[in-house]
Amino acid sequence: MNKSMTKLDMLEAQSIFILREAYREFKNLAMLWSIGKDSTVLLWLARKAFFGHVPIPLVHIDTSFKIPEMIEYRDRLALEWNLNMVYGQNKELLESKQTFPDGNITRLACCKGLKSEALKHTLAGDWPRYRLNHETKKYELDTNTEPYTGVIVGVRADEEGSRSKERYFSPRDRNNDWDVGDQPPELWNQFKTDFAPGTHLRIHPLLDWTELNIWEYIERENIPITGLYFDRGDGKRYRSLGCYPCTTPVESTAKNVADIVEELRTGKFANIAERSGRAQDKEDGGGLETLRLDGYM
Amino acid sequence: MTKHREQMNVVIVGHVDHGKSTVVGRLLADTGALPKGKLESVQAMCKRNSKPFEYAFLLDALKDEQSQGITIDTARCFFKSKKRDYIIIDAPGHIEFLKNMISGAARAEAAMLIIDAKEGIRENSKRHGYMMSFLGIRNINVCVNKMDLVNYDEKVFNQIKEEFTKFLKEINITAKNFIPISAREGDNIASLSAKMPWYRGYFILDALDHFEKEALKVDKPFRYPLQDIYKFTEKNDDRRIFAGRVETGSISVGDEVIFFPSKKTSRVLSIEGFNVDEKNGAFAGQSTGLTLETQIYVRPGEMVCKRNEIHPHVSNKFKANIFWMGKLPLIKGKNYKLKIATQQVPVVLSEIISVLDASELSSISNKAQVDRHDVAECVFEALKPVAFDDIVHIPETGRFVIVDNYEIAGGGIILSPVYEEGSVLNQYIKTREFNWVRSEITPATRSIKFDHKPAFVIITGDTNHGKLQLARKLEEKLFQLKKNVYFLGISNETLTQHSDEKNKTLAKVSHLRQLGEMAHVLTDAGLILITSISDVDEYELEILKSLSRPSKAIVINVGETQFDLAKADLHFDNTDKMESILEEIIRKLDQDLQLDPEYAI
Repeated sequence: MNKSMTKLDMLEAQSIFILREAYREFKNLAMLWSIGKDSTVLLWLARKAFFGHVPIPLVHIDTSFKIPEMIEYRDRLALEWNLNMVYGQNKELLESKQTFPDGNITRLACCKGLKSEALKHTLAGDWPRYRLNHETKKYELDTNTEPYTGVIVGVRADEEGSRSKERYFSPRDRNNDWDVGDQPPELWNQFKTDFAPGTHLRIHPLLDWTELNIWEYIERENIPITGLYFDRGDGKRYRSLGCYPCTTPVESTAKNVADIVEELRTGKFANIAERSGRAQDKEDGGGLETLRLDGYM
Repeated sequence: MTKHREQMNVVIVGHVDHGKSTVVGRLLADTGALPKGKLESVQAMCKRNSKPFEYAFLLDALKDEQSQGITIDTARCFFKSKKRDYIIIDAPGHIEFLKNMISGAARAEAAMLIIDAKEGIRENSKRHGYMMSFLGIRNINVCVNKMDLVNYDEKVFNQIKEEFTKFLKEINITAKNFIPISAREGDNIASLSAKMPWYRGYFILDALDHFEKEALKVDKPFRYPLQDIYKFTEKNDDRRIFAGRVETGSISVGDEVIFFPSKKTSRVLSIEGFNVDEKNGAFAGQSTGLTLETQIYVRPGEMVCKRNEIHPHVSNKFKANIFWMGKLPLIKGKNYKLKIATQQVPVVLSEIISVLDASELSSISNKAQVDRHDVAECVFEALKPVAFDDIVHIPETGRFVIVDNYEIAGGGIILSPVYEEGSVLNQYIKTREFNWVRSEITPATRSIKFDHKPAFVIITGDTNHGKLQLARKLEEKLFQLKKNVYFLGISNETLTQHSDEKNKTLAKVSHLRQLGEMAHVLTDAGLILITSISDVDEYELEILKSLSRPSKAIVINVGETQFDLAKADLHFDNTDKMESILEEIIRKLDQDLQLDPEYAI
């Protein structure tokens, strides 16, 4: 037996450890699945941690402006992998057309409403949740309205400044606020798993991964990933996925995972922020940070 | 396939304003690790606000941090050298943020301690140096920064080097290098500086590349703290998997294992995984899963070891060094939660041996409490035995944290176990008995009146199996037989609602304490008290028995159990044959609760 571990082995072992700690400690635990590469790797790690099963509900916030392929991909995997799939959305804004694509509000206000607000209320259980019925293959109103007290999120420290300060287990207060200045100590793999009523924790198993690690792992494990990340003939691909009105692809001829790994290793994007195709980050001088303090993932 | 590059976590520590963030900013800029345009945009921002550009601003990604002008948390950034990839953890120097510094440093393999050449060694230079030693970091570079402000004077550098080396020696640390630098000017960061021809050692990047990574701990005894036990029956999976991460050592299929503190034994049947080739072993660092040849029933938190290797200490008392970060001081007699590896047990501080002022290295031995930012040598007593190693032999299982209320308030390293009689619980019982004013009617008098002795009947076992129903039927039968009997049907939830609900560990103990106290009163009144309680282990059973003494406790187990079955007075696999089980229990009670002949006289 070769008793050494590669960097990916170590990242994987740590993420699995964190997922299992979360699963043991939280009765109402959920995992956010944005359909993107990071949260899909997270989902795969959950299958690793729980030996092929995913005993944690997956929550997706549907802004209704996601690229349609993303939703097809979500439901295909949910059925195939026997996932406990739940989605929520901001029905009020969508029905009254108070969105950026409808031309009625700013990008940031749109993100706040369709993502942050929808997420907050879906997690709290005071807005309807829709759960996939594996027999009928349709979504039904979820009868469980208990708030989720532990929420697993696929953020990475290398993505953006504010994310580099997160903990693996990060408390949020009643108003979803994140007090960056007063975070719990985290040492020797002992995490904050005790929390006051009304508060909840965000759990970040991917904190130490980089964009390249994610793609290397997708390649190694052969994880099925949505085709939007690849160039399909027009010399463009998505590097970060969001709503179609606010996400632009990057110039790239990477046609498969191996191409992307190669592209990242050669440093083609070394000097371009990963989320540079996400328009909301550029608003108001510090868009993502403003959104994050407000509960955005 | 490209070879995987090695990665190392490095923490940057030091007194506030000695230039840690500037060093990191400079490292990022000089190794080409900054996103395109970042440097220019920060420079432009400085120009707009008419303040001089500093490399530290590159890291200050957060608005509120910039407004305060100090690093408030541990920021992580990435850069590469020719040799390996680095994750730099920029830790705050301000004393208020010690817990953030520690969070950063606890995951580092190497440290760079920054000292301001002009200001010299300050309180947190020493404190952080001490914390590095506490956290077990051996790869340390001391960087004397701002050499430009002292005209690159060799004498200033040598004086600081001499003084700090002396300090480090007292706490058993040797720095790998002392490097004179100016982060602002870029001297000795990514190349040797021409401004200090008198220094020909490593520059920072070079010094980092010369650190050696610690080897994985595969050669130590096997330590596998059990995280959880999975059985996904509802997903058509019958495997019973003991999940965890191997902290040290290795294990193979067929190895004999022993669990601590329960001392249950079995043999490894398989090593489980998902999307991996079939495995016949696992080693240090791996998160994995074991199945065993025999069914054993234990809780998460047990430490799995190999039978034929050195075993961990098992004791409820231990001596440790602790650093305290809590807003409230660490005091004696208060219930805290101990988290060590995956064990979680209530704990109290039983003795303060000495409190150390880390910045001066002077110790105060008569302090009655451990205040925030203190480092102290103490004795802790857990409510039941825990399995651990001492820090010298296996650090991975010799470290712990203390949770106060909802917060991790202290971190510690175990120096040695303490074995002695006289637990906190026994002390309490002695005091209770001493203060209890007894009535004129003796237990014997009551027994004669009721025609049987009192008893505390505990029906236990794993969940389900109809324990509750059995308890109620038993009460009914005994009542019909004219016994003085009472069924106490209070669930865990009911009791804990009125008590300390703050966390599960303390809540369970609180439940047991209350149950034990009630049993003591009710059996003292002459009753046969029946209760059912799920999932207790040997030590929890002992709490119930101790508290309810001197009355006899009769333990009836149904189904699987965590304690040695020899500790049960009766055992049944299930309650399918309720009637015959009841008969057997009543026979046993008749025997045990018979009046002694001398009572009748």
